[in-house]
Amino acid sequence: MTYEVVIGLETHAELATVTKLFCGCSTQFGVDPNMQVCPVCLGMPGVLPVMNKKAFEYALKAAVALNCKIDEFTNFDRKSYYYPDLPKNYQVSQNYHNLGADGYLDISVNGVTNRIRIHNVHLEEEAGKLIHPEEVGADYSLVDFNRAGVPLLEIVSYPDMRRVDEVESYMQTLRKILLYTEVSDCKMQEGSLRFEASISLRKKGCDKLGNRVEIKNLNSMKSVLKAIEYETIRQRDVLDRGETVGRETRLWDEVNEKSARMRSKEESQDYRYFPEPDLLPVLIDEKWLRAIKDTIPELPLARRQRFIEGFALSGYDASLLIDEKILADFFEECVKILNRPKAFCNWITNDLLREVKDRKLDIYHLKIKPKQLAALVEIIEKGTISSTIAKEVFSEMIQTGKDPKTVVEEKKLVQISDEGLIEAIITKVISGNPDAVEDYKKGKKNALTFLVGQVMKETKGKANPKMVNELLEKKVRV
Amino acid sequence: MMIDKDEVEYIANLSRISLNEREKDMFVHQLNDILSYIEKLNTLDTKNVKPMAYILKVSNVFREDKLETSIPIQDVLINAPSTKSGFFKVPKVIE
Amino acid sequence: MRLFETSAIQIKNKILSKEIRATDFIKIVFDHIKNVEPNIQSFITLNEDEAIKKAIEVDKKIENSENVGALAGIPVAVKDNICTKNLYTTCASNILKTFIPPYDAFVIKRLKEEDAIIVGKTNLDEFAMGSSTENSAYKITRNPWNLECVPGGSSGGSAAAVAADFSLMALGSETGGSVRQPASLCGVVGIKPTYGRVSRYGLVAFGSSLDQVGTLSKDVRDAALLLRVIAGYDLHDTTSANIAVPDYLDTIDSGVKGLRIGIPKEYFAVSFNDDVCKALKDALKIYERLGAQVVDISLPHTEYAVAVYYIIANAEASSNLARYDGVRYGYRTFKPNGIMDMYYRTRSEGFGNEVKRRIMLGNYALSSGYYDAYYLKASKVRNLIKIDFDIAFEKVDCIICPTSPVPAFKIGERANNPLEMYLSDIYTIPANLAGIPGISIPCGFSKDGLPIGMQILGKHFEEKKLLQIAYAFERETDFHLKKPALKISPV
Repeated sequence: MTYEVVIGLETHAELATVTKLFCGCSTQFGVDPNMQVCPVCLGMPGVLPVMNKKAFEYALKAAVALNCKIDEFTNFDRKSYYYPDLPKNYQVSQNYHNLGADGYLDISVNGVTNRIRIHNVHLEEEAGKLIHPEEVGADYSLVDFNRAGVPLLEIVSYPDMRRVDEVESYMQTLRKILLYTEVSDCKMQEGSLRFEASISLRKKGCDKLGNRVEIKNLNSMKSVLKAIEYETIRQRDVLDRGETVGRETRLWDEVNEKSARMRSKEESQDYRYFPEPDLLPVLIDEKWLRAIKDTIPELPLARRQRFIEGFALSGYDASLLIDEKILADFFEECVKILNRPKAFCNWITNDLLREVKDRKLDIYHLKIKPKQLAALVEIIEKGTISSTIAKEVFSEMIQTGKDPKTVVEEKKLVQISDEGLIEAIITKVISGNPDAVEDYKKGKKNALTFLVGQVMKETKGKANPKMVNELLEKKVRV
Repeated sequence: MMIDKDEVEYIANLSRISLNEREKDMFVHQLNDILSYIEKLNTLDTKNVKPMAYILKVSNVFREDKLETSIPIQDVLINAPSTKSGFFKVPKVIE
Repeated sequence: MRLFETSAIQIKNKILSKEIRATDFIKIVFDHIKNVEPNIQSFITLNEDEAIKKAIEVDKKIENSENVGALAGIPVAVKDNICTKNLYTTCASNILKTFIPPYDAFVIKRLKEEDAIIVGKTNLDEFAMGSSTENSAYKITRNPWNLECVPGGSSGGSAAAVAADFSLMALGSETGGSVRQPASLCGVVGIKPTYGRVSRYGLVAFGSSLDQVGTLSKDVRDAALLLRVIAGYDLHDTTSANIAVPDYLDTIDSGVKGLRIGIPKEYFAVSFNDDVCKALKDALKIYERLGAQVVDISLPHTEYAVAVYYIIANAEASSNLARYDGVRYGYRTFKPNGIMDMYYRTRSEGFGNEVKRRIMLGNYALSSGYYDAYYLKASKVRNLIKIDFDIAFEKVDCIICPTSPVPAFKIGERANNPLEMYLSDIYTIPANLAGIPGISIPCGFSKDGLPIGMQILGKHFEEKKLLQIAYAFERETDFHLKKPALKISPV
């Protein structure tokens, strides 16, 4: 039997505010336990929430960037469930009037663009963190409320995805949009971007959706994809046996790459949503919405298109550049200084990314600046250094942040373009390698390459390669 | 609408309250008294009435994203029934 | 008249004119408390050491001719569901027996800024859920006018403390009449301000869309003084109103000539106590004599108020009280066997029956499948009740009715019938649902010598007018000056 896999994603992104959603405590990651808490985020008796304006505006910005309809009226609801990391045992969230609804996200898989609909985008508060001690036989857990109350954006997609490559593209594109709009730092390793998948299978051609299974505890994009693959096989086996898939929530086990049932539909939670009386509603007028729209930068797909059309880059190169907003910004700044898009694109997508990977650099805090890369390209064109030497200069620049001219001077890397000097070295090389000269004369073309290499070796790579080639050819022919 | 013992058990669970048999019977009886009194709301036609969730006609009250000092750790933990190394300690939570 | 029997304004003047020192006065008050409190049981926690410290501070300021606050040296009792930094705040519940807030409620901050002296924390129905103060986990407070009767509730401790002169004024809280009803039953003045007039920050939440801090005092002018101190905008409560607080005292003696007083026919359609009925009729005659016009009005949805209230208040309560779980503060059961066992046993042992009943009722009204039938329906009828008042206030300046259908009832009399107890709040609940202000003032006594209260309701934020109307009556009568015969407790 062939089945169609139907996949939807719920995404949680912590918003990049300085303080929490309802109090002035810091949102900084990695601080000692319970150092960033106050009566409000501890849910002490008598406290009240006061909404962080920036958090609300970030959520609004994301909703607009995801093409959501924004109602004039929005408000907050309490979602009730008991968990030791949830201070009030209810979470302030949105249910009846979400901030954004009916949006979409265009993804691109193998050059084909596909539209994934967004059901809603809403703002809520983050829970604290539970720590399960690893000591054997520990009969306790520990709670840290530093994270409790951090503003959290939830993005719920429609079940519009059918394959894992679509899911991957959806996650990547969404992440890029959140980074481009600067509403979240999207650090998955710190948990500031998280996904939950819901999966169902149905017979090909059947309209009715099968029973949905939700999967939680997915700590990386890779585990999302693995969990979906696992779940697809599991459900297919169930259906092939003629049984039905139960509606349930499952937990992904990262280590064993398996999922296990957490609770069934019957045990599903009764969240008892009702309007949060401690927070006033928010009315969003045209003027405010326009101001928010004005803060949204060009989004990744549009930028990619502009790079292809405006700078004559290949689709592949453009994709590489827009992948990280910071790189695309870097690229554009370079082009502004010196109109050599192809050269900059090559430097960034090849050398820069390789150095970043090899040296484990943080692309958000690169030492090299656009005007320095532009200066490097300029001195290559002028012939001050060869492109081979330029790689060495670049490597030094990215490590130290020095200007290319400084590096060239310090390391005495100026290209030798003095004809007399080059000829003298060529003469020396020819006399030292008579066999190679003979070979060349007999028609072995690569003997010349060998001789060029010898000249470059003599000059520590500084000789102008074009001149070496020309002069050498002239000499050996004689 | 009348409430039976199963429903009392269900809402007691939602409330994280355990009841013995005598208490269950008592609450079935008392809650039914109250719920049958509340029934009188159904005599009103409210099809075209808007629900009232907020008393004051005020909206859009925010605070700025400005850092304030958190409270000292001893004040955080002073009321806690059980703590360990700066954490609140609870019985083991199994997911 | 003994010194502690006078009003706050009188004592303040004596302290400011150095006729008496705050320190001496507070000692007199504590001596009186020690003599009589064992019979009344209005306090859960006394704050004697801090009170004396504060009195010394006030005396110093006066001696040095420094500026002092509006409540300089005035002893104030505080209901034990209002958070006080470093002072137990128990909500009369076992679940918060050990709770010491690390912060002051907005109203407490204001009291301290105005140099008031906090005498202690008063008894209440657990989490303010009740109308008799019998639902306290710790003690039963007695009505100073008759020790066999309840003081009303849930602010029964605060009302009894003022009636027994343990403090010159007190803070209470209202969700459905918990200030006005005990004020009425104890023969003192009680104000429930407009929702949003006073910050709720630090008031332990019961029904968040209804809760409001209120005042209890010996007379109307003291009420005006105390309200002015606690009212006002607070950045920590977004539902508090950013509207200037007027001087409630400056034109308080303007009288009622030409004002129109509405009498809702639905409130008088139900049968209530003869003594209460007579006291009300007499009061209205006084108002007419003073030049006010009494007008018949209708509040047609009154009969639904109690039903609406018990859905909305308890739905909100069920969620507000979910935080008492034994994790961060308060009671935790002994040696729980896992996290679920901790939740169930902590809450079952920590809460009393009335609280459990309301949490369950609230969770029922919000649970899957019932939300529309209960919570949403109630929210709609709540709107109808509010509209009733909007229409009425187009015709009249205020509404007058009894505060409670009966004077103080006997302790234990209604303990086993929650519904009957709920129904006695019929006159006070509508104001909470509509968010309007109300004041209860003494207007007579029953044949058995128990105080009777009448309440005056007004438009949103018209506390000033209410105080003026209340004062016009008080000036003409001496019910507020009568004192219960207090016995010194046997040692």
